[in-house]
Amino acid sequence: MNSPVLAPAPVPTVYEQMASRGVSRRDFLKFCTWMGAYHGLENDGTAQIARAIETKRRIPVVWLHFQECTCCSESFLRSSHPIVADILLDKISLDYTETLQAAAGHQAEEILQDVITRHKGEYLMLVEGSVPLAADGCYCVVGGKSALDTVREVAAGAKAIVAWGNCACSGCVQAANPNPTGATPVHAIIKDKPIVNVQGCPPIAEVMAGVLVHLLTFDRLPQLDSLGRPKAFYSRRVHDTCYRRPNYDAGLFVETFDDENARKGYCLYRVGCRGPSTYNACGTMRWNNGTSFPIQSGHPCLGCSEAKFWDNGPFYQRLTNFPGFGIESTADQIGLGVAALAAGGALAHAVLTNVRKRHDIGEQPGESPADLDPNPTASEPPQKP
Amino acid sequence: MNPPRHVSHDYARVYVWEQPVRWFHWINAATIVVLGVTGWLIAKPPVFLVSTEASFNDWFGQVRFIHFVAAYVFTANFAFRLYWSFAGNKYAHWRNFFPLTARQIRQIGEVLRVDILQSTREAVHTLGHNSMAYFTYAGTGLLTVFQIVSGFALYAPMSDAWLPALFTWATPLLGDEFSLRTFHYAVMWAFTVFTIIHVYLVFYHDYVEGHGVLSSMVGGWKFMEKKQIASEETAGLSPYPKPRSRVPVAPPRPAKTG
Ligand code: SF4
Repeated sequence: MNSPVLAPAPVPTVYEQMASRGVSRRDFLKFCTWMGAYHGLENDGTAQIARAIETKRRIPVVWLHFQECTCCSESFLRSSHPIVADILLDKISLDYTETLQAAAGHQAEEILQDVITRHKGEYLMLVEGSVPLAADGCYCVVGGKSALDTVREVAAGAKAIVAWGNCACSGCVQAANPNPTGATPVHAIIKDKPIVNVQGCPPIAEVMAGVLVHLLTFDRLPQLDSLGRPKAFYSRRVHDTCYRRPNYDAGLFVETFDDENARKGYCLYRVGCRGPSTYNACGTMRWNNGTSFPIQSGHPCLGCSEAKFWDNGPFYQRLTNFPGFGIESTADQIGLGVAALAAGGALAHAVLTNVRKRHDIGEQPGESPADLDPNPTASEPPQKP
Repeated sequence: MNPPRHVSHDYARVYVWEQPVRWFHWINAATIVVLGVTGWLIAKPPVFLVSTEASFNDWFGQVRFIHFVAAYVFTANFAFRLYWSFAGNKYAHWRNFFPLTARQIRQIGEVLRVDILQSTREAVHTLGHNSMAYFTYAGTGLLTVFQIVSGFALYAPMSDAWLPALFTWATPLLGDEFSLRTFHYAVMWAFTVFTIIHVYLVFYHDYVEGHGVLSSMVGGWKFMEKKQIASEETAGLSPYPKPRSRVPVAPPRPAKTG
């Protein structure tokens, strides 16, 4: 190996590396318990995690960055338990990642080649960012290769793929209408590899760590929902775990951000909260060491862990612009317009009908004043054909 | 009162809408109103400034509950109507709803000429609905299916029941829950517009044709001149074959139509 990054041989276990970095046994077990709890494992799950981390060799990991803002990495680094980022970034052998690696240029690209050939079929591929397909992928080129080429090349030998964040899972803001660069999520490009979609913009740090720990511990994918998201973290709506939910059921709503109801902490549904259609763990895990999450800070959920959330605007309205009718027209405006048209049409039609009906009255016996004539003449009623 | 001096027009009373159809119609109407009002409230709940705590209120929860219950009734009622379109009389038969015969297609044109363009005063007399109306109800049937599917798909995450779970496939079709919700809401408007036009047209048809269409959904009877009934029967508006055992009364075919 010409690279110092890949030097260690024999490869120590993750735990050995942690211990050598001064992580105490107590802290280590605390971490394992924590991870077990996140996954909803039973008590002995903690032991399983501990055993796995104690005995397993580090998994080679390639973390690719494409069209993204690095908020996923940032979130991960701010993981509430420093040990999480430490073991995962430092110890799970993060062999290649554009943002953090010391190597640059040809040296860095060499490392990538080295990993994907030497650890073929073993390494984890983590992807942050979407892949632009428009204009032959020229919108995102790293080391002279388009993101599309890289993603295909690296995915070919990967054991599994983890798509970080909304960019890699569903394209995020760059895929919003009209998606000028043809930004495409990983699962739409790679079809033959197991993919875990860790949704969110960014995902919660502990969720990211949890997914990696799961892969490391059990050596298989966590249970996924129909959109490829780990069920442990994405099976419930923000709305289901939101502490403002009693206000929702009671019909106590904030109308504007500065009204009395906002001060009382009522439900943010009317100001556009996407909690009822957003699957994420914000309500239970919260952010920044469990400090808070948007709704707790008085801001409605934007639905950042859902596909197309940028297109479902405006953010501060429950009713969005209606697709196909131009900007700023909601279903209500269109509906009211059409209903008014229908009512107006009916009114005009009624007037015309009355004019018409005048001709018909008298057609039938007994309808016209002439019928009351005691001395009928020979006038016959008009016959219908 | 003088006796009428003209010849009698000889009206006949025909039992067109059987009781199940009438029940369907009014349950459907009632649930649509309930679903529309509660749906509107769910989309745009009014904001109250109150000083009570959340634990003393649950009106929004109740509104949603009523919406969900009404949705189940709406669905069951529609399922029954589908069954009745096979089991019911010929006016309720499913084939009426699709303009499959030349006669039906021609009648759609005639109805549009009389009702919309008003270029002729010669009304189209039919015992069931006219072909245009049947076709429109096929359209509202589609909207109904859409509301049922999208509604249950939206409801599924909050329920463990098996019925909503059958519809979860609908969410990815429209991208995400939020878009599905937007469409579910927009179709509420479609029903509103339909109701305005529908109610107007029923009044209009009763007003100009005098077949008692307005009351027919209550009593089931329509009234029509025997002559018109006969010509409708020969024209074969009901496009499906009659049961063989019954020999149809054969009134003289009109020499030429057109
Ligand atoms: S604030 Fe949002 S997530 Fe919380 S109860 Fe209200 S609508 Fe649901």
